[in-house]
Amino acid sequence: MKILVCISKTPDTTAKIAFTDNNTKFAADGVQWIINPYDEWYALVRAIELKEADTSAVIHLITVASADADPIIRKALALGGDEAIRVNTDSHDSYYIASQIAAIAKEGNYDLIFTGKETIDYNGASIGGMVAELLDLPYVSLATKFDIDGANAIIVREIEGGEETDKVQLPVVVSCQKGVAEQRIPNMKGIMGARTKPLKVVEPVAAETLTSVASFDLPPAKAGVKLVSADNPEELVRLLHEEAKAF
Amino acid sequence: MVLVFLDQSDGQIKKSSLEAASYGAKVAEQLGTTVEAIVLGNVTDDLSGLGKYGVKKIHKVADEVLNHMDAQVYTKIIAEAATANNATVIVLSNNFNGKAIAPRLSVRLKAGLVSGAVALPDTTNGFVVKKNVFSGKAFANVAVNTPVKIISLNPNSYQIKTTDGTAEVSDLAVSIDSAKVQITNTNKIVGEVPLSEAEIVVSGGRGLKGPENWALVTDLAKALGAATACSRPVADTGWRPHHEHVGQTGLAIAPNLYIAIGISGAIQHLAGVNRSKVIVVINKDPEAPFFKAADYGIVGDAFEVIPKITDAVKKLKGIV
Repeated sequence: MKILVCISKTPDTTAKIAFTDNNTKFAADGVQWIINPYDEWYALVRAIELKEADTSAVIHLITVASADADPIIRKALALGGDEAIRVNTDSHDSYYIASQIAAIAKEGNYDLIFTGKETIDYNGASIGGMVAELLDLPYVSLATKFDIDGANAIIVREIEGGEETDKVQLPVVVSCQKGVAEQRIPNMKGIMGARTKPLKVVEPVAAETLTSVASFDLPPAKAGVKLVSADNPEELVRLLHEEAKAF
Repeated sequence: MVLVFLDQSDGQIKKSSLEAASYGAKVAEQLGTTVEAIVLGNVTDDLSGLGKYGVKKIHKVADEVLNHMDAQVYTKIIAEAATANNATVIVLSNNFNGKAIAPRLSVRLKAGLVSGAVALPDTTNGFVVKKNVFSGKAFANVAVNTPVKIISLNPNSYQIKTTDGTAEVSDLAVSIDSAKVQITNTNKIVGEVPLSEAEIVVSGGRGLKGPENWALVTDLAKALGAATACSRPVADTGWRPHHEHVGQTGLAIAPNLYIAIGISGAIQHLAGVNRSKVIVVINKDPEAPFFKAADYGIVGDAFEVIPKITDAVKKLKGIV
């Protein structure tokens, strides 16, 4: 079984969000970069678990980014990826990125393509669906459980107010979220081994961008909390009803 | 023409899709065009009545094989309808199904997608749509550079507006591909407000001390007509089911009112709830970081405060 796990580099969850160049660029100075948590904790770890259950399985990692993403790709290799492919290009829109992934996936004939449910920077939740459409494959989004049963995947996905169980023949594209796997920490053996695992750098294929970020805004600053005395909680209800008109 | 995809569940159009319809109607007004909608599967709601959300015409494919969403099958039909009717903008809800369909549709139609939109497009200079980024810590204004544009609207981001219009309903003749994804089981909680669509959410954290005290949360939620939620540790320890977990690794929500009881407000929790319009925090620790993000707060013991709040809500609403 060949598994492709899509990895994205994102600012750490606790990073301060600010913009430069007249609010057109993310202020990256001093920001710690991490593997997008959904890609790492769920998509990659589930792929590793599948490989542990089937030692003939192979895990390839792909990221569409410039060389500054190499440290996070090495970490993903340390966790358990077999080899990595970096498509050497700066960030573009989802369609462009999905086109790069689809081009590699087409060559690799993967049985499974995993993504995280979204990235924590652009929150697009689009790459998996786009890759699936580009490859004419089924796509199951927001998976909370994933298992293999012969030539099929058995997937539990979240729906409004509950969940459904899907059965789908491989190959399939799946976006993963909490429940699919549990976060792991790379061990020393993994870290040492990652140094010699192949990290292939390829140039991007020609692809369009369909959207562009014109500018960023920060939400207006909060006015500050209005504290109500614990001796008079009924006052909170009055304020929510009359002042905030919240119900 | 603006085409709205109306998502249904068990024959009823979802509230988030009614928001998409109202939003689509306003976009059509901005562009000086009309708004139409597409509905797939058997729907028990009165479709012509959906005209009150501004929709002039509804294309329906009432085939029971479409009662369950398959992104590949749905995408092909919606794309065909959009092309046949010269849609220039397609609006979907950025709900669970929308997140599966919109990206496919974007590829199929080579149409730029803004997912998670939170405001109407700015059409003064191009077509620019505001969306949440950095898990609600910022917004991006995204320019869509293609003739056909796709917007998936975040639930609870646009107020439903109604008029007294009715919609013309017509059957859409399409060929329906067989689904590659087979649904073998569906498990839905009935009789509760779905958390993703709830306007009010009451949420509990470790400060509740144990699942035996959860009636504090559910009683208040019931009085308010709210959905219930919880923080990650509460879901992880099994006090509450995982589908109630809100936060970065759980569900991101944007209700009108979010009441957090006994939740300290870690940054990962905030990432899932910071789009709530009004945030109320009740915590006995005055240093709880959540107070910095809150609009209203009480520093106090939830076990004493919450029953009094619940009683006050009931009194206000005339619930005996």
